[in-house]
Amino acid sequence: MHRYVLGRLLGAIPTLFLIVTISFFLIRIAPGGPFDLERPLEAKVMENLNKIYHLNEPLWNQYLLYLKSVARLDFGPSFYFRDFTINELFAQSLPISIQLGLSALCLALVVGGTMGVFAALRQNRPADYSVMAAATLGVTVPNFVVAPILTLILGVWLGWLPVGGWNGGAFVNVILPVVTLALPQVAVVARLTRGSMIEAMRSNHVRTARAYGLTGFMVIVVHALRGAILPVVSYLGPAAAALLTGSVVIETIFGIPGIGRYFVQGALNRDYTLVMGTVVVVACFVILFNLVVDLLYALLDPRVRYD
Amino acid sequence: MTKRSEQPVLAIRNLTVDFEIASGTVSAVKGIDIHVNAGETVAIVGESGSGKSQTMMAAMGLLASNGRASGEVVYEDRNILGLPVSKLNAVRGRKITMIFQEPMTSLDPLYTIGRQLAEPLVVHGGLSWKAARAKALELLKLVNIPEPERKIKSYPYEMSGGQRQRVMIAMALANDPDVLIADEPTTALDVTTQAQILDLLADLQKRLGMSVIFITHDLGIVRRIADRVYVMKTGEVVESGETAEIFTRPAHPYTKMLLDAEPAGHKLPVPDSAPVLLEAQKMRVEFSFEAGFLAPGHILRAVDDISFSLRKGQTLGVVGESGSGKSTLGRAVLNLLPAQGRVVFKGQQISGLDRASMRPLRKNMQLIFQDPFGSLSPRMTVGQIISEGLLVHEPALTARDRDARACQALEEVSLDPAMRNRYPHEFSGGQRQRIAIARTMVLKPELVVLDEPTSALDRTIQKQVVELLRDLQEAHGLTYLFISHDLAVVRAIADTVMVMQRGKVVEAGTVDAIFEAPKSDYTRELIGAALLTQRQVTEPA
Repeated sequence: MHRYVLGRLLGAIPTLFLIVTISFFLIRIAPGGPFDLERPLEAKVMENLNKIYHLNEPLWNQYLLYLKSVARLDFGPSFYFRDFTINELFAQSLPISIQLGLSALCLALVVGGTMGVFAALRQNRPADYSVMAAATLGVTVPNFVVAPILTLILGVWLGWLPVGGWNGGAFVNVILPVVTLALPQVAVVARLTRGSMIEAMRSNHVRTARAYGLTGFMVIVVHALRGAILPVVSYLGPAAAALLTGSVVIETIFGIPGIGRYFVQGALNRDYTLVMGTVVVVACFVILFNLVVDLLYALLDPRVRYD
Repeated sequence: MTKRSEQPVLAIRNLTVDFEIASGTVSAVKGIDIHVNAGETVAIVGESGSGKSQTMMAAMGLLASNGRASGEVVYEDRNILGLPVSKLNAVRGRKITMIFQEPMTSLDPLYTIGRQLAEPLVVHGGLSWKAARAKALELLKLVNIPEPERKIKSYPYEMSGGQRQRVMIAMALANDPDVLIADEPTTALDVTTQAQILDLLADLQKRLGMSVIFITHDLGIVRRIADRVYVMKTGEVVESGETAEIFTRPAHPYTKMLLDAEPAGHKLPVPDSAPVLLEAQKMRVEFSFEAGFLAPGHILRAVDDISFSLRKGQTLGVVGESGSGKSTLGRAVLNLLPAQGRVVFKGQQISGLDRASMRPLRKNMQLIFQDPFGSLSPRMTVGQIISEGLLVHEPALTARDRDARACQALEEVSLDPAMRNRYPHEFSGGQRQRIAIARTMVLKPELVVLDEPTSALDRTIQKQVVELLRDLQEAHGLTYLFISHDLAVVRAIADTVMVMQRGKVVEAGTVDAIFEAPKSDYTRELIGAALLTQRQVTEPA
């Protein structure tokens, strides 16, 4: 197993290299630069700035310089937040985004999974229809609509929850952003679970479990759900990516100092290093998550075990 | 067959089973009475769709969600039909257990054998997991699983069909049941494996003294193991009685038809003067497996040095168990997969020809498949399916001519030509196989490779298809390469027989020589296991 994990991690290096290369040149194609303000800077100042940040050198050289520093896990200085390096920015914001994303993912799995199983066991009955209708709603209503509505009701009218801010990750501050972020994922997980659960309940080995008078828990959870959860596990990779990028909107709406807002600010301000850093970090997480998903899959299904 | 008392252990009274479907209610079982006494083996016989499986599914509370059952299923003076699951579970899996037709899918692929065997022991027997595991090991020994200490840690996908069925039997015996319901437990298995499983069941019944309800469509099995028989047809029990009675003096015409359903008769021999149509020399097919995570790369020789020749009008029967390479041989002869060796068809060497040069020859050499459900396109009408080959091989024909040829072909296989505008799903398995035969015959081929054409069909339908194939052969001077694991069918249709095992020919000779005086142990084993006994049985004793 260690060999497999090591192989997968080494295999991620070329992928990351490609991502870094493509995004490096893409952001440079975009017109403008980090120091182009509405009122242009003096030519001399501009020249000095470009010199300090190596922006006056040929693009290839800049690219090689950047590769070198990334290889040392140094994402360079921020062009916009001029007192900080990218590493410093991430050290503060990344843990917040991770907490937000993981909480949403767990919520989606637990709530979505439960709803899916519930619907599958009551297939084609009112309970099933209402769960699936709610799921459709969850997928179709965008989170920038859900967020203000929830804030308005729970935050402004009822005054139960704060309308924004992170407050060091205090529980009451976390509820609204996590719920909003999780809603679409809850819906997708519920649909996936329902579908594969219905199939699993009809399978021959579940019939065997019923014929042998096993308890409801054993039939439904031990024998049906373990197989039925496999498609959901496969979906976790893309879901993690969606949660990380989805947090851009949520973090902006709720004023949360995660890395999401750096996506937007970095891109708008042509803060090359910031954009690159965000891209690399998100890519790393997606790759890592896919590995975790594959390991989890192997843990659940002995037929695909690696060794 | 064991000694028995006259006290019913399980009695089914006036049981009906209905299914709600989109177009209305289908009644699968129409008020039947069945009972089984202590220590007795009762067989329920019938063709597919007779309701024999649904009867037992209803008794066990395992009907699909659109199924409704009424009547009584009495066990220990209590009606268990319609009991809530929690109460029913005190009986099912404990006192009444069941093994199923599909050994490949009836076990959960995600858990070890040991764990699955332990579950009913923990749930019903109140054992700890550790004790249950020890008992599971004993059970594996009881059903003669080789290396039980190792197998208890295996997953179902690591075992063969026969071994999985043994595991199911072990599970059924775990809590010392009163009644074991076996729903076609050997249908999906090879003949030799089938014989072993039947022996095991009979032996265990003798030792443990439970009652067995055996659902099957195979009368050979019934005669061998059952004390009493119920014959079911379209949801009703048409006849019941002692096994010997039913076999010697069947009263109902349907029972007579079932008993008479073994393919009978012989093929007339072909004169020695008939020209050689097909000659295969030193055929060899190899599959190489790339080295994987665990397994080193290796080469599997599926067909190993096989030679034979076929005269015009002859039938060569190729028999063997699954994995013996018989289907691969059939495909290699038709140049459908890369093979070494030489194949000569009508004096022309066809081995090594590319696709384009094979195409004009294909008209003369056709293939019929085992699965009548998968081998017809569901999106084409029967007429289109049958005439499709003509588009390639006789492009000069007009649409009207093709249609006429399709009608003619349907008439030849005794189907109404008016059916040609329907789709395959509207036909039964036997009818579909007739359509597949018509699709072949419309091209007027000379050589037909038939790959298990009757295996998916009921016995009575099999007999009709075998007769149809023999008639067509006589009418058109066809030459058959008939691949089958079913010795009764091969005996009725072949001139010569080739017995294959692991890619090699074990024995070859005329039908009489093989069946009357088999030389190799393997052939004897196959014949013994195939329960070829009905011929004598149907004659009054």
